[in-house]
Amino acid sequence: MSDKKYKHKQKSMVVSYNRWGYIFLIPFFVVYLVFQFIPLVTTIYNSFFENYRSGLTQIGPNFVGLQNYITIVTNGDLINYSKNTMIMWIIGFIPQIFFSLLLGAWFTDPSLRLKGQRFFKTVIYLPNLIMASAFSMLFFTLFSDNGPINSILVNLHLLAQPFKFMSNATAVRCLVGFMNFVMWFGNTTILLMAGMMGIDQSLFEAAEVDGATSTQVFWKITLPILRPILVYVLITSLIGGLQMFDVPQILTNGTGDPARSSMTLIMFLNKHLFSKNFGMGGALSVFLFIITGILSMIVFKISYAGEVK
Amino acid sequence: MSENAIKNNTTSKGMNVHARRTIAYIVLSILSFLCLIWFYILFINATRSNSGLKTGFTVIPGRFLIQNFTNMINGTVPVLNGMLNSVIVAGLSAGLCVYFSCMTAYAIHAYKFKGRNSIFTFILMIMMIPTQVTALGFISFMGKLGLMDSFVPLIVPAIAAPVAFFYMKQYMDSNLPLSLLEAARIDGCGEFKTFNSIVVPLMKPAIAVEAIFTFVSSWNNYFTPALILSTDKKKTLPILIAQLRSADWLKFDMGVVYVTIAFSIFPVIVVYLILSKYIVGGVTAGGVKE
Repeated sequence: MSDKKYKHKQKSMVVSYNRWGYIFLIPFFVVYLVFQFIPLVTTIYNSFFENYRSGLTQIGPNFVGLQNYITIVTNGDLINYSKNTMIMWIIGFIPQIFFSLLLGAWFTDPSLRLKGQRFFKTVIYLPNLIMASAFSMLFFTLFSDNGPINSILVNLHLLAQPFKFMSNATAVRCLVGFMNFVMWFGNTTILLMAGMMGIDQSLFEAAEVDGATSTQVFWKITLPILRPILVYVLITSLIGGLQMFDVPQILTNGTGDPARSSMTLIMFLNKHLFSKNFGMGGALSVFLFIITGILSMIVFKISYAGEVK
Repeated sequence: MSENAIKNNTTSKGMNVHARRTIAYIVLSILSFLCLIWFYILFINATRSNSGLKTGFTVIPGRFLIQNFTNMINGTVPVLNGMLNSVIVAGLSAGLCVYFSCMTAYAIHAYKFKGRNSIFTFILMIMMIPTQVTALGFISFMGKLGLMDSFVPLIVPAIAAPVAFFYMKQYMDSNLPLSLLEAARIDGCGEFKTFNSIVVPLMKPAIAVEAIFTFVSSWNNYFTPALILSTDKKKTLPILIAQLRSADWLKFDMGVVYVTIAFSIFPVIVVYLILSKYIVGGVTAGGVKE
């Protein structure tokens, strides 16, 4: 096809080749438009309307301006559920980053020469691939009032009678945080390790010559150099935390009980979507979109901006 | 090894290597235990009968695995059907995702057209936006298109996957020289044919890694399928798991509950253990650059 053109003009040939760049981009942008961009616009549009069902009567859609936004902020829902989401995220994130740094430092420390690294990496990454809903269902059955965990604790005489994990706000939050920790620390370890292996070995050698302990090396060399990756891990994990859904949804059967103390933002959104309260759901989505948008910009700035030449 | 330990001990004021190594092994063993114990308990419980499970936990597996499995298949929750649906949705998503992400990455990688940089920047910027924030518009627009309760809204969006795109683009940067494409052109190979018969085969390692990740995330996805699918026969595994939870689960045969959870978790574990080398390596490849 292009043989003939080739003989004619080098330049027009390059241009006609480059036209293919646009052609190859068509599938991505058509799909993006239909399944993400139009939905985004529809979501924002819906947030300005009063549109819900009250019993059997359909209210709206009536244009109400920013009323949905005002309602969701003033009735405390947004603040409450943001607080729940953040608490459960922090419970999981603190051990996650702690153990990831520790493991990353150990795995990349040449003087330790740990054996079985591949085995350990394989094992700690495993929970990341597990279906979160099934994992959560498993925890629910294990920690239920007469489940195996209670039976073990009672048999070992650590407890006089079964502890009702699911009726205790702190216990439920800790279980959610713990599951998130188990599912994500392997992933973070592998990311941090990649960063640690990229550090110039001569820095460590110089530190050793100067008589620095491994603790000093970690705090004074490894950590400062890792800062961009740590910020990346922190923010992507925060974005992931804001999306927290499967685990608390299945664990509490969508109620966020006890007393909605484990109801996350996305669980709240999911409730609105099922009850077809599109106005409030829209306002909540726009809030989430703005927050994740700002966080994404930070990730973009620190990690990918250099990619575009 | 001990020489090294002694040397280190004398030169540094901190703990000697031997002690640090021991602590490292202990912590690693505890963490590995924390990762694996749940699957062990799940396996044990899946092999025990409902009445046996009520008497408490045992360390040794029971003999009821096959019976629990038969009860599950004959039960009210259409697990086999759900598995088939999950395989269809996840398989097609993975296929479409890798092929078209490769194509998008190729467009940015191989051609110098106007607006190329802005498009690249745009795709990277939308990478982190979660699907949940557009879910409301998504279901109402899918309703308008008549696509509710169908697999299309769960499969086709995989074509526009910024993360897979970025991974492919990075792989191309280091593994797909433009001179090769020039050579194909001089030999008179059309652009589309070049992509299919030269680029795609060269991208196989990246395609394999991304296919696994897309398959697993689609297999595990609960949020969107739960909003789109409403017919029992079309539901995927995560929705069925959620149904187990929302039903009056105390009346359930617990052996069947455990075997159902095991049934949705273990296929992924088996695939993972076979391919773990590539998967663990692939985690970082698409990730950050310092």
